[in-house]
Amino acid sequence: MPRTSLVLKRIYPVAPRDLERAGTVSTAVRRELLDLGVGADVVRRASIICFEGEMNLVLYSTGGRVILLVEDDRVELLFSDHGPGIADVELASQPGYSTAPDWARELGFGAGLGITNMEQNSDLFKIRSRVGKGTVVRATILRGIPFF
Amino acid sequence: MKLRDVARLVEAEFVTGADQADREVTRAFAADLLSDVLAMVQDEGVLLITGMTTPQVVRVAEVMSMGAVLFVRGKLPATATIEYAIGTGIPLLATRRIMFDTCGILYQAGLKAAQRKSMPLDHAPDLSRP
Amino acid sequence: MQLSQVSAELGLDALATPEPNREVRGGYCSDLLSDVLAHAQPGDLWITHQRHLNVVAVAKLREAAGVVFVRGLRPAPEVIARAQAEGVNLLLAAHPAFETAGRLYALLHR
Repeated sequence: MPRTSLVLKRIYPVAPRDLERAGTVSTAVRRELLDLGVGADVVRRASIICFEGEMNLVLYSTGGRVILLVEDDRVELLFSDHGPGIADVELASQPGYSTAPDWARELGFGAGLGITNMEQNSDLFKIRSRVGKGTVVRATILRGIPFF
Repeated sequence: MKLRDVARLVEAEFVTGADQADREVTRAFAADLLSDVLAMVQDEGVLLITGMTTPQVVRVAEVMSMGAVLFVRGKLPATATIEYAIGTGIPLLATRRIMFDTCGILYQAGLKAAQRKSMPLDHAPDLSRP
Repeated sequence: MQLSQVSAELGLDALATPEPNREVRGGYCSDLLSDVLAHAQPGDLWITHQRHLNVVAVAKLREAAGVVFVRGLRPAPEVIARAQAEGVNLLLAAHPAFETAGRLYALLHR
């Protein structure tokens, strides 16, 4: 897909296990999108994707970041970390599959719906991961195109 | 249903947003699992009934444009979370009742359940390892 | 009211009913195992989104009348098999937790 002109770019670092701040990237992303006048449905979907992706970074990664890119025709969220990486991305993407520790479940996360939620709210969705290296997730929402 | 009526029916106190007692909540959704709340697709103004009092609950309510959060079983969030909620404008209520009774009373009073968008893979078995 | 009757009245799908005559004395709605362990009462019908294997153990420990999974969230066959072996009733509701709790509450309070 050819790139269109960039409207906004933001980079948010996410610290591992920081449960006090977990969710703040998503609320910040939502406000940025609302300020830009992005449509309510796109804002909602982006917020959901961002919340799940951010929680994954907080709960499972050794730290990472979220990049928000807004272009004329799309909103893109990139999640990247430096490990530990996902051995079997297909398995991890199955609804209900979870390696969450009990403490994460008791906080209301780790039900194994995170990646499914992200994928179902994206128009384009891609995960690449290598154990020992890290994971990159790219979620794209197209603006002005009916969501199916 | 107005928040005033929700509060009266389940004997809830306003933790924040008492000035918004006339705000209408369209439907209700009860859950502790935030992924479930995030998976719910519904218009704005839903009442979230939960036993979870972490900061993430209010943030989820904010990004989902929910009408209010009703905490059950007498649990209250930390002061910082309450202060954050004031900034978002989302009223927080708290009742000593358990979630089951809270849902039962509000359902009987006519509040409808928020329907979650069904996902194609919902019925797949839980593959999580015990 | 007996579990089998509650199940029929609410239109629940029986996944495993090794103890269909269990008396349902009340309801408990929660997705947090620690909360259920601490606060559910014996004879409660437990309404939850959790479909983890540990749910069976917690339900047995708290002497729940049974577990109702909401919104058609069907647990894995191992969970159903374990429940059958442990004598824990498992039911499936098509409705969300709020409505499932609402209907059971109405049934128990009529």
